[in-house]
Amino acid sequence: MKFSIAVHEGPYTHEAADSAYNFVTAALEKGHEIFRVFFYHDGVNNGTRFTTPPQDDRNIVNRWSELADKHGIDLVVCVAAAQRRGIVDPDEAKRNSKDGDNIAPGFRISGLGQLIEACIQSDRHLTFGD
Amino acid sequence: MTDEMMEEGGTVKKLMYVCRTAPYGTIYALEALEVVLIGAAFEQDVCLVFTDDGVFEIMKGQKTDDIGMKNFSPTYRALEMYDVEKLYVEKEAMEQRGLGEDDFNVDVEVKSAAEIQALMEEMDIVLNY
Amino acid sequence: MTMLHTVNKSPYQKNSLDTCLRLAKEGSTILLIEDGVYAALKGSGMSSKVEEAMKKFTFCALGPDVEARGIQDKMIDGIKMVDYTGFVDLAADSTCVQSWL
Repeated sequence: MKFSIAVHEGPYTHEAADSAYNFVTAALEKGHEIFRVFFYHDGVNNGTRFTTPPQDDRNIVNRWSELADKHGIDLVVCVAAAQRRGIVDPDEAKRNSKDGDNIAPGFRISGLGQLIEACIQSDRHLTFGD
Repeated sequence: MTDEMMEEGGTVKKLMYVCRTAPYGTIYALEALEVVLIGAAFEQDVCLVFTDDGVFEIMKGQKTDDIGMKNFSPTYRALEMYDVEKLYVEKEAMEQRGLGEDDFNVDVEVKSAAEIQALMEEMDIVLNY
Repeated sequence: MTMLHTVNKSPYQKNSLDTCLRLAKEGSTILLIEDGVYAALKGSGMSSKVEEAMKKFTFCALGPDVEARGIQDKMIDGIKMVDYTGFVDLAADSTCVQSWL
């Protein structure tokens, strides 16, 4: 079965990113497909590679990147929400004259249409957030 | 929407947005509206349900000048132009907040919890904001 | 098949569970996750409401969230504990998932 997931909250403040990650890994273990994970609202903060949690804590951002690398999962950060909150990839940095980018490996920035498309293309959609 | 999807075509799903958050205090209501506007391009069978504090999103008379934020309440009136025409307010939530149909800035249909229950059960996708 | 409703808020903090109970159709499954699991506390201000609702809905709680909060021995009888695999199964076996936030 094809699942799509929306994550509405940033890492560490809210459990949403952890719940979403745990759900995704359990679904993959059961042989399901994750069509896309879409990051919206403060959830876009899951996609910054500048995150530096304490050594003894989970690295939520790296965990997503590894999942994308290992399972080819499409991690999409909403462009409008990302622009508001300062998450940029090289293209966005250039377009908006920023002096750098901070997108984490395995993430891409795209439009809200990607959320709706994921909902339509998947058998089930779940949201994790506040 | 990609050309590929257009060619596949035919996938019309029933999609309900459940709007439960008041405007301005948090960004959820505004960003939910952005989803609805973008989602309209996908020509799905869409409806919006305003319940809980979401009923405050469509209050008449919102003036945001003195908080320095954009008043996005007129945008709900524009949804019709995007063929998003099914706007429902849950009666119980509305009455709990001392509101009536005349308090809203857009044409809505007031539905009981039981009616919304039945409607929700028909959905393929429910998005909660 | 019926809908799966997830509730992730403590009923003492937000009305998500109340609204879910009002708008979910009888026979649906309600899965308590994150702070939503506090609704499952035995002998609490919520327990009579939840016990009443259990006549209409199947109640589950996400085990990892229950244990993280130390309430595993204080759960209302009859609430089914599931792990993340169980959560995935519940979602797959439903018609649609409504995530009450």
